[in-house]
Amino acid sequence: MSGYLESQLIILCLNVIYAYGIFLPAASGQLNLGAAGFITIGAYSSAWINASGAPMYIAIPASMLFCAAIAFTIAFPILRTRGVYMVLATFAFAEVVAGLIINLEFLGAAAGYPVESHADYLVVVPVTVLVVLLCFILMSTRLGLAMRSIHDDEAVATLFGVDVRLAKVAAFTLGAALMSLGGALYGHHYNYIETQTFNVLLSIYILLYVLLGGTQTAWGPLVGAAFFTVVPEALRQIATASGHAWIADSRFIIFGAIIVLMMVFRPEGLVTRTMVDRAATPFGGGRSGAAPAARAA
Amino acid sequence: MDLSQLPQQIVNGLMLGGVYVMVAVAFTLIIGMLNFLNFTVPALFMLAAVLMWAILEGHGIALDLTAIAVLLVLAMMVADRLQQARLPASVKTVGALGLVAGACVFLWLILSFKPGPAVFAWLDGAVGASGRWLLGIVVAFATVAVLSLLIERFTYRYMKAKYGDATEHALPLVSSLGFLIVIEHTVISTWGSDSLTTESPFGNASFELGPVLFSVPQLLSLILSLAIVFGLSVMLKTTKLGRALRSIAERPDTAPLMGVEVSRIVPVVYVIAGLLCATAGILFTINYTTVDAYIGDTVATVAIAGMVLGGLGNVWGAIVGAMLIGMVEVMSIYMVGATFKKIPIWGLLLLILIVRPTGLFGHTAIGKGKF
Repeated sequence: MSGYLESQLIILCLNVIYAYGIFLPAASGQLNLGAAGFITIGAYSSAWINASGAPMYIAIPASMLFCAAIAFTIAFPILRTRGVYMVLATFAFAEVVAGLIINLEFLGAAAGYPVESHADYLVVVPVTVLVVLLCFILMSTRLGLAMRSIHDDEAVATLFGVDVRLAKVAAFTLGAALMSLGGALYGHHYNYIETQTFNVLLSIYILLYVLLGGTQTAWGPLVGAAFFTVVPEALRQIATASGHAWIADSRFIIFGAIIVLMMVFRPEGLVTRTMVDRAATPFGGGRSGAAPAARAA
Repeated sequence: MDLSQLPQQIVNGLMLGGVYVMVAVAFTLIIGMLNFLNFTVPALFMLAAVLMWAILEGHGIALDLTAIAVLLVLAMMVADRLQQARLPASVKTVGALGLVAGACVFLWLILSFKPGPAVFAWLDGAVGASGRWLLGIVVAFATVAVLSLLIERFTYRYMKAKYGDATEHALPLVSSLGFLIVIEHTVISTWGSDSLTTESPFGNASFELGPVLFSVPQLLSLILSLAIVFGLSVMLKTTKLGRALRSIAERPDTAPLMGVEVSRIVPVVYVIAGLLCATAGILFTINYTTVDAYIGDTVATVAIAGMVLGGLGNVWGAIVGAMLIGMVEVMSIYMVGATFKKIPIWGLLLLILIVRPTGLFGHTAIGKGKF
């Protein structure tokens, strides 16, 4: 595999993992704008455990456990908030994490932190495939069903005996563990991490991958992350090939314009439940088996 | 730590708070009226600051950005008229296609001929070098006001028309993030992502009062920002427009039944919020003289903490909260160090959200709905 393709594949894989980390809470109706915080925790804790002598195969799961524990602890206060407040609380959490790390001398502070063990695509790609499969399985379990029902209508879900708080905390914690996994893999692949990489814009982009891909089915984050990783890169390639440098310069402007237009024309995201149901039964079935088009998150 | 510097630091905190006040009020207006977190606020703040910088430094290409914004809004307005007109659907389709084609042609003309620098040279000659800052203010205000109208359409009007109560959804939030990306990358592709410095058009005018050094532009901008916000709150309380705005904030569905023309009032809210951000951005450039494409993310988002601290949707709360946050920021830099400032600011926000989500003076009704 050529170096260029490999680097693009790694970026795609990491974005997919991050996206599933945000998707799990989003699938249960919570908007999490704190992706950068969990990714930072994952990257730094795995790098630190690795530096203290544990091999990568122990460091990464340990960092996931660590991040899940933190997420579980903060889930109860944060999930008391909702709507705008939840967005702000997760956003503030990410900023606090960035502020803390940059002041911790033993993690390299502002200078960044080198990571020892290297993870090439032979590690990253299988792990990503595993994450995607697990998320698909999760969404078809009772927990996944509970999350979907909370997303569609929390009050009715409660009436039907869904333990709303349990499902929300589980989704939030599992999502944090996945983001931590993504962050750890980022660190081990590039062998160098600094807090500035995991900034507000990263959180915003990841949330956008998920909302634009669609929160109704497990296909959403996969399609969203893939679409918005591949399209800007393809635009750059087209620009180089055709000699029109302005396409490369303005590819993020085009990306932003696509987001705005998508909200007007297809607000449920690229992939909706109806669409997946129809694709599953191409002959017959049709509308009868399809869930009514639910509103976006 | 040298305590003799403390009064000076308090003054600096108030000055910084003055910038945050206007951004926080812009956030709070949109969230109070329309119940969504408008992420174009930081973008417009940044855009105004950078445009002010560009004009002060004589980068006439800023006028091209203004021209593009005006072009897009004109196209939108014609499109709205076309949609409301009593014409056969086929004529409307042809008209819409023609409109898109025309807009593209004009866009291409602006992008390829770049008339901005020539126009700027002419305007600059007319106002003279000392009046350049006035030109900068006009350009920044005009661009932001026009863009606000465009943003209103895509974060509120079209959503509302198509999906009913748009404020219930994440849709406006996502569109506003889209606009944030567009505006930020427009600035980056025009002037790069490095720091852009200029010189204050008012020099280093300052006076000493006891141990404290007051910078005249900073003091004037603090007074100006407080005056603007005070005027705004009087307007909200006493005028007909203010009453209409408050009725929308209270019951967006009932307001139109009471004769409030929501579709005319909402753009006004956006323009007011946009102009507040623009004023903050312009004052930021004049006072701190260094801007970059990311000050929206790094500076204006801090105002969010101030807004929540005061209570969402409450103008006076936003003022107090923003002042407090400005003070917290300056004090933590002064006492602990610049890298440390994020922890108290965002930690305070997190704590407030968990312990008292309504903030110091907030209403309980705002931001409760699922969105």
